[in-house]
Amino acid sequence: MRNVWIVFKRELISYFTTPLAYVLIIIFCFLSLSLCLFFGGFIERGDASLSSFFYFHPWIYMIFGPAIGMRLWSEEHRMGTTELLLTMPISPWEAILGKFLAAFTVLAVTLLSTIGMVFTVLSLGEPDVGVIFSGYLGSFLVGASSIAITCAVSALTRNQITCLLVSVTICLVLTLIGFPPISDLLRSSSFLGIKLGFLADICNGVSLFWHSTEMARGLMRIQSLIYFISLIGFCLFLTSVIIRSKRA
Amino acid sequence: MIEVKNLTKQFGPKVAVDNLSLSVRKGEVLGFLGPNGAGKSTTMRMITGFLPPTSGGVTVGGDDMLEAPNLAKARIGYLPESAPLYLDMTVEGFLGFTAELRGKSGSEKKAAVDRAIETCFLQKVRRQAIDTLSKGYRHRTCLAQAIIHDPEVLILDEPTDGLDPNQKDVVRNLIREMGKTKAIIFSTHILEEVEACCSRAIIIDQGRIVADGTPQDLRRRASRAGAVHVVATGLSGGAIEKELGGLRHAARVEGSALAESFSGIVWPKPNTGAGVLAAEIYQLAGAKNLVLSELHEDQGRLDDMFRELTSGNKS
Repeated sequence: MRNVWIVFKRELISYFTTPLAYVLIIIFCFLSLSLCLFFGGFIERGDASLSSFFYFHPWIYMIFGPAIGMRLWSEEHRMGTTELLLTMPISPWEAILGKFLAAFTVLAVTLLSTIGMVFTVLSLGEPDVGVIFSGYLGSFLVGASSIAITCAVSALTRNQITCLLVSVTICLVLTLIGFPPISDLLRSSSFLGIKLGFLADICNGVSLFWHSTEMARGLMRIQSLIYFISLIGFCLFLTSVIIRSKRA
Repeated sequence: MIEVKNLTKQFGPKVAVDNLSLSVRKGEVLGFLGPNGAGKSTTMRMITGFLPPTSGGVTVGGDDMLEAPNLAKARIGYLPESAPLYLDMTVEGFLGFTAELRGKSGSEKKAAVDRAIETCFLQKVRRQAIDTLSKGYRHRTCLAQAIIHDPEVLILDEPTDGLDPNQKDVVRNLIREMGKTKAIIFSTHILEEVEACCSRAIIIDQGRIVADGTPQDLRRRASRAGAVHVVATGLSGGAIEKELGGLRHAARVEGSALAESFSGIVWPKPNTGAGVLAAEIYQLAGAKNLVLSELHEDQGRLDDMFRELTSGNKS
């Protein structure tokens, strides 16, 4: 655990000594608030709730997660510091976990900086605090999942742009397959006489979007929590496999 | 300290390191020589636990690199080939980070960082960001990282690459000094460096050891070693060459015969010393009124030896 902490500390300091973290935090706040205000009908709705705020989060994370995570291993590969890090007396797991947690912390700081929204709705009316909490948790888990996906992709390449594009694509697919227009399309169509409704359920089940909108509505299902945690766990495991096989 | 047994590494169909075994004791500085692509870096990466070997094993101080990697790695200080660093950190911050990974904290960490900074002459830049440093300083920062925990074993991959002559000298002196108490393996292309700091040298080619011995041993194995260099005037070059060839102890003469002079090498017959041959040449010069402007025994040169062993069989 001590080694996880050491790697975590270095990685986090590195996020904040370069402009990266600040830029990302500002962009996230700007995007999430402007989308919510201009396209989410936050004001027109006349309702003290953050559902229009959380609605756009999965879309923002599609780019935001990969933007935070793309440097995690790509940068190490490019600079050759992987060789330094992995010949230290630490296990690859400790390095992976430390790095992931640092990116995770940047995400947490980012979300914390949107706390103004909570005070806004609290002053406007009497929102359901449980729903807000569930929405934040959902948003947080979607962000963490996209970071974990990016973490695995970044272990594959030394090029950050490649990593960004591939990760965005994966996140896009994972978001879109749970997007209602696509679910509806699947439900209403059939292939060789077989109704494809069951596919829509499967797609929803593996989609970041569906789980996050459900949580934004205040539906904190144990299935959703298991989904996010196992997705993150799987991606980190994949990272360790990639790092191992890259060296072989 | 370092035991390497039947180490083999394949990348796809290409064999980078082929059944290589070696051992290095404490107090020994092993120079690792070989042409580019001979497998030097790959071998070092396996010894430091970065690359897993295809077969064979490495133990460092009795700890197996595959079975107890953290114990084995803790004994090693490693300077990778390109001296990689975290560019966004300061020298002090970076060394502090590596000291922590090496299990040091608090005052112990501070002392280790100070000692490494002093040993590698980094005092002037200790608070500077690494990406603002010149190559020489970067290289020494990475070297400082390798010695921060005062390891028993040092693996240095081209430690003097890209340094100016003064810096090279500093690093060589460091290696020599540390070699008294540690087991050191370092790779280089510069043969004079091997003579300057190694107690033993290994030449590898195509992943295999082709020579192993002290630098003096290796020099003696060069084909010219023990031959006699002659530069003489007084007769036509052709005549001198003929006279030399006719000597009792001369086996072979090679050189350039000019109108008025001869300059070349005479090999003694087997079981004949160079001294005996040189004395005979001297007598010959007296008898034929030759003027010898050069007459000395070839001590053998490491680069001759290196070229003979590693060229001509490029795949």
